[in-house]
Amino acid sequence: MEQENSPRRDFLLAGLAAAGGLLAACTPSKDKDPFEAGAVETARASGKKVKLLSVDGEVIEVDEAFLKPVPHLPPVSNSEARLGIPGKKFVMVIDLSRCKNLKKCQSACNHAHQLNPGENWIKVEPMQDAGNTAPFWEPTTCMHCDDPPCVKVCPVDATFKRQDGIVLIDSDRCIGCRFCMAACPYSTRVFNWGEPDLPAEVASQPYSAETSIPQKKGTVGKCDFCADMTREGMLPHCVSACPNGVFAFGDMNEDSVTNGAETFRFSELIRDKAGYRLMEDLGTKPSVYYLPPVNRNFPFQSGLENDKQPS
Amino acid sequence: MENSDLIAEDKIIQDLLPQKFGKWGKIWTAALVVVCLIGAFAYYRQLRYGLVVTAMRDYVSWGIYISNFVFFVAISLVGSLITAIFRLAGVKWGSPLTRIAEIIAVAAIIFAAIIIIVDMGSPERFYFLFTHGRIQSPIIWDVIVITTYFFISILLLYYPLLPDMKILLRFRERSGEGLHKFYKFIGSFWQGTAAQFRLSEKAINMLCIAIIPVAFTIHTVTSWLFATTYRPGWDSTNFGAYFIAGAFLVGAGAVVVAMYVFRKAYHLEKYITESHFEKMGRILVLLAMLYLYFNVNEFLTPFFKMKESEAAYLNGLFSGDFSAVFWFAILTGMIVPTIILLFKKGRKPLPVMISGILVIIGAWFKRYLIVTPTLLHPFLPMHDVPASYRHYYPSWEEWAITMGSLAGTLLVITILVRIFPIIPIQETIIEQHETGK
Ligand code: SF4
Ligand code: SF4
Repeated sequence: MEQENSPRRDFLLAGLAAAGGLLAACTPSKDKDPFEAGAVETARASGKKVKLLSVDGEVIEVDEAFLKPVPHLPPVSNSEARLGIPGKKFVMVIDLSRCKNLKKCQSACNHAHQLNPGENWIKVEPMQDAGNTAPFWEPTTCMHCDDPPCVKVCPVDATFKRQDGIVLIDSDRCIGCRFCMAACPYSTRVFNWGEPDLPAEVASQPYSAETSIPQKKGTVGKCDFCADMTREGMLPHCVSACPNGVFAFGDMNEDSVTNGAETFRFSELIRDKAGYRLMEDLGTKPSVYYLPPVNRNFPFQSGLENDKQPS
Repeated sequence: MENSDLIAEDKIIQDLLPQKFGKWGKIWTAALVVVCLIGAFAYYRQLRYGLVVTAMRDYVSWGIYISNFVFFVAISLVGSLITAIFRLAGVKWGSPLTRIAEIIAVAAIIFAAIIIIVDMGSPERFYFLFTHGRIQSPIIWDVIVITTYFFISILLLYYPLLPDMKILLRFRERSGEGLHKFYKFIGSFWQGTAAQFRLSEKAINMLCIAIIPVAFTIHTVTSWLFATTYRPGWDSTNFGAYFIAGAFLVGAGAVVVAMYVFRKAYHLEKYITESHFEKMGRILVLLAMLYLYFNVNEFLTPFFKMKESEAAYLNGLFSGDFSAVFWFAILTGMIVPTIILLFKKGRKPLPVMISGILVIIGAWFKRYLIVTPTLLHPFLPMHDVPASYRHYYPSWEEWAITMGSLAGTLLVITILVRIFPIIPIQETIIEQHETGK
């Protein structure tokens, strides 16, 4: 961005800086950059207003045409991203009794990571424990296994595990052999079969393993536990997006997890509600724990209408 | 060679020197080149648009490329079977087949490596395997053994060629300037002294000893690409032995087909005799039954138990979506050839060749069945995915590239056969002397 003295610009910039990552995703007209020299005349108000939060905590309204997508800058260098945050061990708890298949988690995740249509890092699957038990919805993400088969098989160290338990992918390193996809028993990995459809500003950014942005053709992607958010002490997008508080996220070393509204002692929650992990017998030691779908206050059917299959 | 009809040395040389392509040879080569070019064009499209031009998606993330890779690795095992095992076991009748076997092995292993690069999403990063390779990944094991096997195979083709080079160099007129220079370049240092013979004999023996474990490893490691994962259908301790048995079978099948074709095309009836087909037929039966045995091991025990995680996969194979291909592969790849070859009449050249073709076709589909059904039966149900992710039927680009790689293998074989004698000349002369006296 170049310097030019316009009062509107200054106040916009403030708002943009505050909204950072959120803005990265709302892409206005791609062809015209309202911040080019002399663009004040050419950029026309679209009439659509967007609410933003300024640095002073004020809610402001801005016309969409005057937004410039600000790349969600990688918070740290890639070698730092590989190490992770010392002293942390991130865990997620998914409460199956609360899930209604609203898929808010999914859309928030897709939005934040700029996934193409049809690609999902979070999938909500209809499950049944046994023939005589009630079916339920089960959101699945990458389990961030402590003994991750995907990391074991990766020939070039493109998939790696950090000291804080998060398993990430370095798209600059991935050769696209898809061995990790064959090895992951939870089928959580997604491949960029074609060129991802990204705004030019985003596509030209350097890749950050913590944001998983930008995705690249011929490389693999998956849920990253929103490593960039957790570094800033914030919750992953799926956790904050779920209105039912299905997801709780936290640090095992602190023994606390939160879904944004409530905070739980992790060990007590797992003990009292009989938490378990998926396919424990495989020995992958997932970091995602499930609470069984007991005492549900909604029928399974109520979520079904939301189960539209993309084609 | 039968004692009764001794052939004069000059005649042997005349018979076995590489021959120019006739009309059919030219048509054949041109056809192969065309198929390769179509494959190259499809690959260009894949490079440009990404793997999205294939029918592979997030569940079936490996498709016929990987099946084809396993197939090539399997066929290449024949080089060590015929050259090394026969040689070390002192099987004399096999020597006219050694060069055919080595040529097939070299051609197949080249295309095994190529098809792996084709399968990669970012082939321009292939060198990362060497600069960033981590030894814990079975892919790196595969890279190491394939490279080793490739070099040993090349040497095993090259050393026994040296005495023949000396003969070839005598026929400057016939081979033409270009080829003559090439022969000179690769073989003019060979004088044929006793010391050189001793040295080469020693080298060949060492290579033969080295290649057997490497050949076993290459195929076992390839099986581990699958067996080291948790997937139902791949999670098997039987896989290494199962793959090797299958590889020996398809490799031997390829050799009998090649024997038949070269014998017809170059009129080598005196060198590749009916008794060769008879013996290779017996070997083929043995290998087919062995492979059948491993198949029973692979499928009967899980079928008997029908564990929950494997049930859908096994049902798909035996009676579901894949049953037609599955039973077709078992029948054509093992049972029908066994029945044909068990009869004495079935071990005449033509039926042996037909069995060989059946074995090869069955083997290719068998490789397809190793990869796809497992990937379509993951542990967690396929949900929340586009409809195209639930099936796999290769796109035209995948077929074109696969066919192109098969044609490429045949092309390499054709070219090598054009420039080198198919049957070792020097060895044939010596053996004739030994048996003739
Ligand atoms: S869930 Fe799959 S992708 Fe995630 S860490 Fe485990 S094995 Fe790897
Ligand atoms: S696809 Fe990429 S991340 Fe996965 S194993 Fe291959 S190189 Fe590693």
